[in-house]
Amino acid sequence: MAQPVDAALARSFGLSAEEFATVLAIMGRTPTLAELGVFSVMWSEHCSYKSSRVWLRTLPTTAPWVIHGPGENAGVVAIGDGLAAIFKMESHNHPSFIEPYQGAATGVGGILRDVYTMGARPIANLNALRFGDPGLAVTRRVVDGVVRGIGGYGNCVGVPTVGGEVNFHPAYNGNPLVNAMTVGIAPADRIFLSAAAGIGNQVVYVGSRTGRDGIHGATMASAEFGADAEEKRPTVQVGDPFTEKLLIEACLELMATDAIVAIQDMGAAGLTSSAVEMAGKGGVGIELDMDAVPQRETGMSAYEMLLSESQERMLIVLRPGAEAMARAIFEKWELAFAVIGRITDTGRFVAVHAGVVEVDIPLDPLAEAAPLYTRPHLPPVPRAPLGPVADPLGIEAALLRLVGCPDLCSRRWIWDQYDSTVGGQTVKRPGAADAAIVRLDGSRRALALTTDCTPRYCLADPQVGGAQAVAEAWRNITATGARPLAVTDNLNFGNPEKPEIMGQFVAAIAGMGAACRALDFPVVSGNVSLYNETDGQSILPTPAIGGLGVIDDAALAVGIAPGAGDELVLIGATAGWLGQSLWLREIAGREDGPPPPVDLAAERANGDFVRGEILAGRVVACHDVSDGGLLVALAEMAMAGDTGLALDAAPEGMGAHEFWFGEDQARYVLAVADAPALLDRAAAAGIAARRLGRCAGTDLTLAGGITISVRACRGAHEAFLPNWLQ
Amino acid sequence: MRAGIVVFPGINRERDMAIAIESCFGQAPRLVWHHETDLAGLDLLVLPGGFSYGDYLRCGAMAAHSPVMGAVAAHARRGGYVLGVCNGFQILTEAGLLPGALLRNAGLRFLSMDCFLRVERADTVFTSRWAAGEVFRAPMAHGDGNYTADADTLDRLEGEGRVAFRYVDADGKTSAAANLNGSARAIAGIYSDNARVLGLMPHPEDLVDPLLGGVDGRPLFDSLAAALVA
Repeated sequence: MAQPVDAALARSFGLSAEEFATVLAIMGRTPTLAELGVFSVMWSEHCSYKSSRVWLRTLPTTAPWVIHGPGENAGVVAIGDGLAAIFKMESHNHPSFIEPYQGAATGVGGILRDVYTMGARPIANLNALRFGDPGLAVTRRVVDGVVRGIGGYGNCVGVPTVGGEVNFHPAYNGNPLVNAMTVGIAPADRIFLSAAAGIGNQVVYVGSRTGRDGIHGATMASAEFGADAEEKRPTVQVGDPFTEKLLIEACLELMATDAIVAIQDMGAAGLTSSAVEMAGKGGVGIELDMDAVPQRETGMSAYEMLLSESQERMLIVLRPGAEAMARAIFEKWELAFAVIGRITDTGRFVAVHAGVVEVDIPLDPLAEAAPLYTRPHLPPVPRAPLGPVADPLGIEAALLRLVGCPDLCSRRWIWDQYDSTVGGQTVKRPGAADAAIVRLDGSRRALALTTDCTPRYCLADPQVGGAQAVAEAWRNITATGARPLAVTDNLNFGNPEKPEIMGQFVAAIAGMGAACRALDFPVVSGNVSLYNETDGQSILPTPAIGGLGVIDDAALAVGIAPGAGDELVLIGATAGWLGQSLWLREIAGREDGPPPPVDLAAERANGDFVRGEILAGRVVACHDVSDGGLLVALAEMAMAGDTGLALDAAPEGMGAHEFWFGEDQARYVLAVADAPALLDRAAAAGIAARRLGRCAGTDLTLAGGITISVRACRGAHEAFLPNWLQ
Repeated sequence: MRAGIVVFPGINRERDMAIAIESCFGQAPRLVWHHETDLAGLDLLVLPGGFSYGDYLRCGAMAAHSPVMGAVAAHARRGGYVLGVCNGFQILTEAGLLPGALLRNAGLRFLSMDCFLRVERADTVFTSRWAAGEVFRAPMAHGDGNYTADADTLDRLEGEGRVAFRYVDADGKTSAAANLNGSARAIAGIYSDNARVLGLMPHPEDLVDPLLGGVDGRPLFDSLAAALVA
């Protein structure tokens, strides 16, 4: 390539004029093409978090059970028995719009590597998905491809996909969100980190060979889309889950030895990012011999090899003398293994190709001079109060329409394509409980896992929405009986250079931080995805939260299915809040008003009370009240338990539609054998509680002679996705 | 009684199978690497589920040519017991140890859900703890489970009592709706001519613990344990 390296090329690589000037100052000369590539990917939004870092620092990240918070490949928390849970969520939004199957598949692969690179065997995958208007053909194509891609990769690597969430909204028409989460388990004293050490130690490349795929993917993920999105297809990587499965087994086999000093997957920005991060964190230098890099294609330049995002590759720093043993393991698994460099004391990143020094960059300035922006941000404008809204449809028709609408309909069509049982430890499969329950091998203990966010709340009030996303994740874990421990976040927003978008981000972080502090639910890992815009149209602000909890005895975990004769009790106060509710959108045709307030003290008190009841063995089933409100939650329980519900009258003082469909927070429906005793204990604890009725018959019966058959609910609930996609 | 689980590259349900075998046999199985050829001392060989060689080329096609498969075939010829589940079933058909083939599911999508199976005969070493005609539940998780064979082979399998399990509804009746992957004659599993080699698509090994949703799959392993522990 004979392109001149100048400001124009730098701009096409995504570097601003100021950033390119800093590059020139650091280098003291014109950088080579490969060096410019290194700077541009390391300083991309995707790798450097340059717009978000100052705000991320405000999030709480510590607790006595946190072993490693943000800054490592994934977060690590102690879960008892000397074990640690290692988990993270990461976006693959831009690739999933360009090429849905491979974009989603490689998203799963990438997040798996972030977790097993730390020594964990992955035991569960989840995914948080946002798609555009179901009325568009492109949405159907994206949904179909994303679901096939997640299944195609996750099913093959043999990690069960146990949970997740899906929303539809026109704001995602040109920019769907694919956020993938992986959870793994490792001995708490066998966590592997990425900081390189040991001058002279070998740097080893393992996994797939390097090709020309995904070059500059990190830069692509740091820009808005225009009409040329299709032309960006070559920047999407191609996944090979079979190789990933072999790489998992080979890495875990090597990790059982003492051969590894440091290990890092090659994710965004590929070999460049892993080499720079490993050496930078270790305070050492690194020298790579690019001729030794296993290559899939001929004639690759150093630039291409350094920037390639070929999948299923890892970089390892080995202890002296470990090469032969490590090589034998990777050859047994039929994976590439090559010594491609060594650790130096120069503090520089050097890459030599065909006898030419293609890269020679000082690492400290590359990290320290990395751009950090406190971008202008406008505080979000509060929404005017909603005021009274009349019921145009009636309770029965509204319920049937709500349980069948795209945001509330059954996700069975999706999860039926994901292997949720492989591993033989899935206690609560998708849909069975508010959080998936996955047992630990050889233990009674289990993890409770969920992903949550309500983007329409976040648009109307980003601070309340940020708090609500955290609170709902905490609530979903609590509703199984598990103890919430920590979260990973995946912050999906529009263009941060627009002050109103940056204002959404800042407010959402403030809300999340407040909720994390109030609920002792720290952030231990995460990912930021900005520039989620197409032709200037931003997505809804979507700070997706992945929550993890633990339950000491999996047999105590409850699902959402009650049985005949159970009594139903609502925990938490109901004001009938219709602002930003699904009822308002789907029935009244308005996306309006402020979202329901989040009272963190009530969340904490109500949740702790509910968890205590579950762990005491007094609860048959529990379901949190969220999208769609109380009657939707009850209908979901009735369908899960295949039982009718005889419901008491709505209270005086509010409309029936407000009571049944309002989305007040901090609420749970409990199915119990003895409602009066539960009401007494709630009263004694100062917890708002109300008897709702009992499980009986085959219909939902409401006061005033309203009867809705559970079969009709199920028909509406199960229809949408299969009819739309099959 | 000693069981061995054969591990091909890309297999992923070997741990599920090991858990089920250990809990029902009271003895951990031996994990057999696909390069091994000495299977002496093993009474039961299990080919578990997963994606051997990524399902590239054809499901099970490459694993069928692994070094271990010669020893598996010799074991079967000697009258030894072999159980192939999901990808293991596909490998057994590719290796010629069972007739027929597994095609893409009729709906062309991966299917992960519970299905109901009817036990067609209860006089084999795999099924003695069931009654003939009994219905049990098992998870299925496959993209290529659509069993097919030519009409003569299907007739012969039926005539020789070699259909092990069929997809049915909860009441034990066959129907198009219950035959989710479109298998010929709703066949979910078949035996070799001596009924000592069994291949089936669904996963009884994932339903041997009440906490995981039931123990419907347990009779398969209890039957084997009862027959072979002696």
